Amino acid sequence: MDKMRLPDAEQLLAGLADVMRPDVTANTALVGIYTGGVWLAERLHQGLGLALPLGTLDVSFYRDDFGQIGLHPQVKPSDIPFEVEGSHIILIDDVLYTGRTIRAAINELFDYGRPASVRLAALIDRGGRELPVAAEYVGATLVLPSDKMLALEKDIDGKLGLSLYNKNSPGQ
Amino acid sequence: MNNPQLNKNGELQHLLTTEGLPASILLHILNTAESFVGVTERDIKKVPLLRGKSIFNLFFEPSTRTRTTFEIAAKRLSADVVNLNIAASSQTKGETLLDTVDNLAAMHADMFVVRHSQSGAAHLIARHVRPEIHVINAGDGRHAHPTQGLLDMFTIRHYKSNFHDLRVAIVGDILHSRVARSQIHALTTLGVPEVRVIAPKTLLPAKVERLGVHVYHEMAQGLKDVDVLLMLRLQNERMLSARLPSTEEYFKYYGLTPEKLSLAKRDAIVLHPGPMNRGVEIDSAVADGGQSMILPQVTFGIAVRMAVMSILAGN
Repeated sequence: MDKMRLPDAEQLLAGLADVMRPDVTANTALVGIYTGGVWLAERLHQGLGLALPLGTLDVSFYRDDFGQIGLHPQVKPSDIPFEVEGSHIILIDDVLYTGRTIRAAINELFDYGRPASVRLAALIDRGGRELPVAAEYVGATLVLPSDKMLALEKDIDGKLGLSLYNKNSPGQ
Repeated sequence: MNNPQLNKNGELQHLLTTEGLPASILLHILNTAESFVGVTERDIKKVPLLRGKSIFNLFFEPSTRTRTTFEIAAKRLSADVVNLNIAASSQTKGETLLDTVDNLAAMHADMFVVRHSQSGAAHLIARHVRPEIHVINAGDGRHAHPTQGLLDMFTIRHYKSNFHDLRVAIVGDILHSRVARSQIHALTTLGVPEVRVIAPKTLLPAKVERLGVHVYHEMAQGLKDVDVLLMLRLQNERMLSARLPSTEEYFKYYGLTPEKLSLAKRDAIVLHPGPMNRGVEIDSAVADGGQSMILPQVTFGIAVRMAVMSILAGN
């Protein structure tokens, strides 16, 4: 574990809700990306009082590294319980980094229909993009060395927190 | 013991039988299949996972349903599928099994789905091919039909939530059934406490109790308090010797009628691997009744085969 001081995830989440609030309408749909993005999306969906039901995506079947690392050992079912055709979707992810997860998520969404618009909200933008992806709503930007992995975690009381790991190290 | 289905990291390299696979691998397949059920319910029933992969269905024995479900599964994963009906192909001209496989491997096959009347055919191919090629056994002789066994497990878990407090009865021609063997190994590995087989003595393999099952010869006792009934097809084409007086007599004693089904638990479910012989092992009133999950089995079978193919291709 790194000694570097990380921002408080709960505060960032409250800030993220504040910047999103002016833009949400009756036609706004949230879609969380597993796993951290779903936790955030559940909280935002409740906090913003959205009418359309919450969607969840597991992008495992759309990832571009399947050929290198194979199938994720715990794929969750994706669930989009609203009509994607014509909807205004905000994708929710915990950490925006290379942009590859978002590419996969957009591809998967379009297999459900043609949304009117797709925007992105991320709790943390840590830079390091490898694809032309940008978030509309960001909780905080953070510069991190490339050998570090930033992860959102949830404790038994449902409180969210950020943790930093060394890449390829066991125990996470 | 070296398991030819696993690679050096203990991951699934080929799916040849449910025997000897750890519960963790069986559950990984079932859990992954849950995610594919959602995919098959969308308008666009396709994911790009196996784009560019070539899957060869090698069917040395006739099969419509199994071959079709493998074909649909591969296509929904965006793979390219080639179906070879080898009974009507090179083998009749004298080419050996492994020569056929070598020729297809030279066409850059990534996966073989093999159905053969000889037990061990898929094993033989799996041992022969290069390590980057994966083999799925789609039924070999009397030995194994692992994807059928797994889709039955998926269906049971879907309707019964878990395996740990179930009584499951397998009814019918156990002797000739590769499906029954794959079911028994999967059920016991997944922790089903009581697996029964119900059949006349002539349709049971010798020493079947060694597989960990309880043997019954009469439906009245065998079906008592059962949660799941796995019906088997009476394998007419495999009945080389006269093991039964007649199909009518078989139906009288072992055919699943509403009356016999009422001996099981009220919420018991009925499964059948298909194709059904109505009026032989199952009555139409049961096959088409509310406790029958035979058609959901077919739907889930595609998701389970998608899961197996994508797990193998990623390992």
